[in-house]
Amino acid sequence: MIDTSIALPTQADKVSLFRKLLTNPTGAASMLVLALVALAAVLAPVLATHDPSLASLQSVLAKSSPDHVLGADSAGRDVFSRLLFAGQFSLAGALLALVVAVAIGVTGGLVAGYYGGWFDSMSSWLTGLLMAMPGIVILLAARAVVGPSMWLSMMIFGVLLSPAYFRLVYACVTAVRNELYVDAARVSGLSDFRIIGRHILTVVRAPVIIQSAMVLGIAIAIQAGLEFLGLGDLNIPTWGSMLNDGFINLYKAPTLVLWPSLVLGVVCIALTLLANAMRDELERSRGPVKRRRKGAAAVDSAEAAAKRGEPAVVHPEAPAGEDNTVGEILLAVTDLGVGYDQPDGSTTHVVNHVGLTVRRGEVHGLVGESGSGKTQTAFSILRLLPQGGRVTGGSIIFDGTDLARLSEKDMTKVRGKRIAYIPQEPMSNLDAAFTIGSQLMEPMRVCLGISKAEARKRALALLAKVGIPNPQRTFNAYPHEISGGMAQRVLIAGAVSCEPDLLIADEPTTALDVTVQAEVLDLLRELQDELKMGVILVTHNFGVVADLCDRVTVMQTGRVVETGPVRTIFKNARHPYTKRLLEAILEDAPPRGPLSTGAPLASSAPLTSLTGVKP
Amino acid sequence: MYRFVLRRLLSGVLLLFVITTVAYLLLYAGGGDIARRIVGPTASQAQVTLKASQLGLNRPLVVQYWDWLTHALTGDLGRSWFNGQLVATGVTSRLSVTLSLVLGATIIAAVISVVIAVLAAVRRGWVDRVVQFVGVLGFAIPGFLIALGLVSLFALNLKWFKATGYVPITTSFGGWAATVTLPIIALSIGCIASVVQQVRGSLIDALRQDYVRTLRARGLTFNRVVYRHVLRNAGGPALAVLAVQFIGLLGGAVIVEQIFALPGLGQIAVAATSQGDIPVVMGVVVATAAIVVIVNLIIDLAQGWLNPKVRLS
Repeated sequence: MIDTSIALPTQADKVSLFRKLLTNPTGAASMLVLALVALAAVLAPVLATHDPSLASLQSVLAKSSPDHVLGADSAGRDVFSRLLFAGQFSLAGALLALVVAVAIGVTGGLVAGYYGGWFDSMSSWLTGLLMAMPGIVILLAARAVVGPSMWLSMMIFGVLLSPAYFRLVYACVTAVRNELYVDAARVSGLSDFRIIGRHILTVVRAPVIIQSAMVLGIAIAIQAGLEFLGLGDLNIPTWGSMLNDGFINLYKAPTLVLWPSLVLGVVCIALTLLANAMRDELERSRGPVKRRRKGAAAVDSAEAAAKRGEPAVVHPEAPAGEDNTVGEILLAVTDLGVGYDQPDGSTTHVVNHVGLTVRRGEVHGLVGESGSGKTQTAFSILRLLPQGGRVTGGSIIFDGTDLARLSEKDMTKVRGKRIAYIPQEPMSNLDAAFTIGSQLMEPMRVCLGISKAEARKRALALLAKVGIPNPQRTFNAYPHEISGGMAQRVLIAGAVSCEPDLLIADEPTTALDVTVQAEVLDLLRELQDELKMGVILVTHNFGVVADLCDRVTVMQTGRVVETGPVRTIFKNARHPYTKRLLEAILEDAPPRGPLSTGAPLASSAPLTSLTGVKP
Repeated sequence: MYRFVLRRLLSGVLLLFVITTVAYLLLYAGGGDIARRIVGPTASQAQVTLKASQLGLNRPLVVQYWDWLTHALTGDLGRSWFNGQLVATGVTSRLSVTLSLVLGATIIAAVISVVIAVLAAVRRGWVDRVVQFVGVLGFAIPGFLIALGLVSLFALNLKWFKATGYVPITTSFGGWAATVTLPIIALSIGCIASVVQQVRGSLIDALRQDYVRTLRARGLTFNRVVYRHVLRNAGGPALAVLAVQFIGLLGGAVIVEQIFALPGLGQIAVAATSQGDIPVVMGVVVATAAIVVIVNLIIDLAQGWLNPKVRLS
């Protein structure tokens, strides 16, 4: 009953999937093959040249001849005619298994997924049990009891296949069950039966159809396997029994095994390819988002290219002697471009002509909204751009070497030891499979070439230094056992573990609680002071900049708009974007007027959206 | 950790118990029919009754089962109805053949899959597309067709390997390798196709994780991060699919043993099935279930080693 309702999707949907498959070369070819095989099986009585079961002593193992197109088997039966009739039984048997599997699996999955409760736990347990044994062993055991009936075997195999549908439908239903529109249907008084029929079956229909193509292939294969073992019904022709006969006479008539093998192979491949093609088409029809995104990126790059010529506002250096902690130039980024190669061969530029200098002992703020290219700039200094990204131009001179032109091998020596990195989101930046201690020790041993005992000693000392109350316990802990603030301290410890010259911190406090944020910033300041590192602090928060930075560079849409000493910029920002960012600091700002007055809100609306972009 | 092992062990024993119980009850439910099938359709009713009482089939099913279970726990699985051989001896003597095939195929499939999956996931591009396409073919073609192809190509035409027979590993390693190579290849191709898909997918997911960049930023080479960290994180789903594949391999071995005439569990199972030799069939079910339970246990432990969260839950 459920089976029929699955076969009744709305006409429009059904036609569109079918039509899409016809335009997909793989899908169209496999459907054509399957249609031909099915047609040949149905038309077997018309097409066959002989009675498939008619034995003839004269033509035992006969070679191909006008009378026997594909020869004859060990009993002198015509191979071509047997192939056609065998198609009827093999396909019907597989369809029977499919129907049984769908009926049990889909019903069970719908009920267990929708109602839950004891039926849920019992059927989940049962499916686990059914899947624990190899299907063919169960079929052999069943055959020992019920005898050689293909139909019974295929029904039993259908039961064995049902967990595939059960799990699929169960997963779909539990995902949909708590969707708002299902709740709404329930509240509006629709019966469970109607809800399952209308809202839930439409969701599970496509995966069930795809699964069915796979299952049909498996059923055909296993049925042929059983017949091949000689355990089938000898009175009906099947591809598997023909295979058996061919295999027994492999030496005498080698082609005998070829024909059923070919048919079986082609049918199984066609079914699998059809399933893949259906999945591809369904996924493609679900993905218009991607195309839009690509269009947007193209616009971005055009926009960035258009703005490329506009010069950044550069404020002069602070007078010498005012800040004596600042030393020689450590990093000089000039004219940096970063681009992503697109599938169509073009390149989307996300960073254009960016310049940046960092001195030893200086904290340099890199400020801008999401998508302004500040993180891309940071990653390109580390040469760790995401896949497809590359430096398209300019130079990154670090301590006399151009990192943009360094080999990957030499770059590996720079990372960690000379330039270190603190990520934004602490938890996802620790490998959940290793203890904190092992993650601290591994890079230290690689970069510094120290012994395990030495690395361990240093790791414990580092953990203590970054303010972790019980270093030994944290050392032995796994990432999921510590808090986000602790994890960020661990990452900071890791970053400074090889005493780098330059530290790149990518919004190191964004993902943390407000109270923890201040502590982490204090820690960064202490470490920077002690190790005399140059620091690039990527942030969208001018409050943090005011707190920590000596100099600041403001980025917008992939380029630098203003750069200079922090005090100058705070006092005398000239670029309108910098001014807007500064105004967005709420600290010390006059309280806003009530909502009804309208005016203050209107002027601040775009600013809050600027600062509040990162979650 | 001990509690984790103990819990997995208990659930394995429970699974073994449930499978064998259900199998026994289903196999022996038709007591009278079994006797009738053994003595043949022409035999008189008296002969059927006599046979049934000889085999103990006239007792209540629960009594038969209790009798079987208490003996089975001491390692006695009864005797074959047809040749009187001890079932336990028959099954264990063939275990080494089947385990050679299945474990060999599992290990080879695991190693090759990881290598191919890493290539596909790291290189992407055309390597990935070729792997995907070949994977679909390997998955689609039934294993016994591959076995048949291998037999006719390498054993009959090229004569590189012996087509049939088995040499125990204890007799000669070379002989053993020569007899199991083709069957193992035949078995592992489909397995590789499935495992590669899974490992490739989880590798691509794992490669996108933030910690990959962070570890590289700390001076580790890309390869080191892939082989030590990414692979370990992708290992969980890979092991899960390997456990499922292992069960499929046990089934595939039945047919492959027949093609290569290897005296394994599958061969005894097919012979016993066509004769209706229920105690032997039952013995095969017990052995198969035991193998599945043990392998699942090993894979569970490996999961716990790979993923610290599994150990705690």
